[in-house]
Amino acid sequence: MEGTTAAAVEARGLVKRFGEREALRGIDFEARAGELMAVIGPNGAGKTTLLSILAGVAAADAGEVHLPSGEVGWVPQQAALYRRLTVEENLLLFARLEGLDDPHGSVEEMLELAGLRGRRAEIVARLSGGNQQRVNIAIGLLARPVALLLDEPSVGLDPRQRARLWEFVGALAERGTTVIFSTHDIQEAERYGKRLLVLADGEALFDGSAEQLREVVRSEAPEAASRDFETAFVAFLHHRGH
Amino acid sequence: MRWLLLKDIQILRRSPLQALLLVVYPVLIAILVGFAISRGPGKPRVAFLNEVPQGARIVFGGAKLPSVGARERICERVECINVRNRGEAEEKVRSGDALAALILPSDLVNQLNSLTTLNPGTPKVEVLVNQDDPVKARLVNDRIDALLGQANLLVARRIAGEGGKYLKLLVDGGSFDVLGQAVQILGLRNTARILEALRPALPAGPMRESIDQVIRFATLSRDNLDVAVPLLDRLAQPIVVDKTVVDGSAPPLEIFAIGVAAALTLTFVTLLLVAGSLALEREENAFPRLSRGLVSHSTLLLEKIALGVVAGLTVTLLMLVGLQIFVPLEWSRFGLWVLAILVSAAALGAAGAALGAAAREVRAVSLLAFMVSLPIALLSLVPSGTVSPGLFDAIRVLTALFPFKPALQAITAALDAGGPDLGAALLHLAILIAAYGLLARVALRRFSAV
Repeated sequence: MEGTTAAAVEARGLVKRFGEREALRGIDFEARAGELMAVIGPNGAGKTTLLSILAGVAAADAGEVHLPSGEVGWVPQQAALYRRLTVEENLLLFARLEGLDDPHGSVEEMLELAGLRGRRAEIVARLSGGNQQRVNIAIGLLARPVALLLDEPSVGLDPRQRARLWEFVGALAERGTTVIFSTHDIQEAERYGKRLLVLADGEALFDGSAEQLREVVRSEAPEAASRDFETAFVAFLHHRGH
Repeated sequence: MRWLLLKDIQILRRSPLQALLLVVYPVLIAILVGFAISRGPGKPRVAFLNEVPQGARIVFGGAKLPSVGARERICERVECINVRNRGEAEEKVRSGDALAALILPSDLVNQLNSLTTLNPGTPKVEVLVNQDDPVKARLVNDRIDALLGQANLLVARRIAGEGGKYLKLLVDGGSFDVLGQAVQILGLRNTARILEALRPALPAGPMRESIDQVIRFATLSRDNLDVAVPLLDRLAQPIVVDKTVVDGSAPPLEIFAIGVAAALTLTFVTLLLVAGSLALEREENAFPRLSRGLVSHSTLLLEKIALGVVAGLTVTLLMLVGLQIFVPLEWSRFGLWVLAILVSAAALGAAGAALGAAAREVRAVSLLAFMVSLPIALLSLVPSGTVSPGLFDAIRVLTALFPFKPALQAITAALDAGGPDLGAALLHLAILIAAYGLLARVALRRFSAV
């Protein structure tokens, strides 16, 4: 099912079932190198399932995924780290498990990147939720991935931390990393996502830029389209029975 | 795998209380259980009231039997608490100070003496018990039955012995003391001999025929009574036990107790550690990240089992070294100890991995591990013949499915040459390692789905 295309993530006809329920119903999309793509949709739309399949954590029941050659970083929604270890121990463990040539060097780089150098010796359990999330993201970046999958990365972060996160992620994308992130925050998706993939009940309803989505809404519900993006998005879903 | 192992050791080090509890608690429990099994209840405390008048003796055939020393004999087997009256005896039992009270009534000797008269009575001793606890009640009943059986046997032997003396006197003749006067008894043997000597002097006729009849009677009586003496002796204890071991070889009880303690410690340490550390990977949400090609399921399971084996081996060996203070162990068998503990720990670790793979939380899996291992461990100690055959077969099947019993057999066999078959126990454990390993892999795959 997995193959490689030139620095792009591509999914074709992805289907995932949990018993009788279809979590994904034939999802198609592709993300180019250096593209920042936001996956948005209501609860239970299939966002996490889609990212889990792209990350290789879950298997699709049908369809194909093409990933770029090289590492694909994955930052799960819930911090996936050991709370009884220190920040540095966590990074070092995953750097070693990744088989990196210079694990200590990579750890230093990530500590710097995540702004956690001063807190390297702290037990993760004692960090705030935001700082735990920064460690979580830093682990996902250890192997210098060519594509990065972020599942609700800004949950639990304060505005300052969020801004810092998106600045960092934007810089990664500028360097050519394909970034696909899911979010509940529609304003955030509009602001940072160069492309939006709208999912609802496992179906892809829209694939394009925020402005293109607003254009669609303008033709269906002109009043909503002239207001904020979240209102436009809700009108878009409502028009399609969600 | 070494980095994961290092990580788990770091996590354990960060939770010293948890690590200490994991080691100290099972070791304490194991030692207590081990010694409780091996030492038994010791001498039960019994309140003793002797109302029999001083100097009263059992009289048989007009002769006083030697003193049986009832108090000394009873107090050899139980710890006697002397009481002055029945009320005090009751209070001792009611308060739990004594397990039971034994009262020898004042007419006991008279009743015993009546056994050889035409109007035999029923000698009775009185026992007061407090049956507030079914186990204690069973223990008291067993002790009373045993004591009563021994007392009856003693009395029967005394009576049979004295009876045998009188029969011997009747057969062989001799001196017999009646009311302080020595009476000479001729005896059947001498009677026949005298009559046989007189017989030739008598003329043939009715007189000689009568003498012949008396000689035949004396000879016949002597021969039959000769047989009656050992028969009387046998009657006191008609059945003797001839024990033949047809299956199994039992090590000393102390060694078995140490085996139980070691197997319990190994079970709790290994099972809890492996199940808990595997569940922790899920609880910390690290499992999906690890299984994205960083660590295979097999490597993860092997690492957890290795962690359990290292911890289990260390703690169990430390415990055995500690127990050496109480019971001498054969250090020449050290290699077998290590082998038995290693294989047992691997089987328990595999069982722990199967439990841990199916759980998402450390607390849930810890509770599950206790709920599974504790009853199985207790059932494994039920000896054959103490429950119905059908129930024992069910227990045997159930305990064979879990590594505790074969681990106990392997460790006991390694500790003492008189233990069970080490090879069979190791083979049993090897089968369980394979089965639980497979189960753990399936559970990990089944329950790891996002």
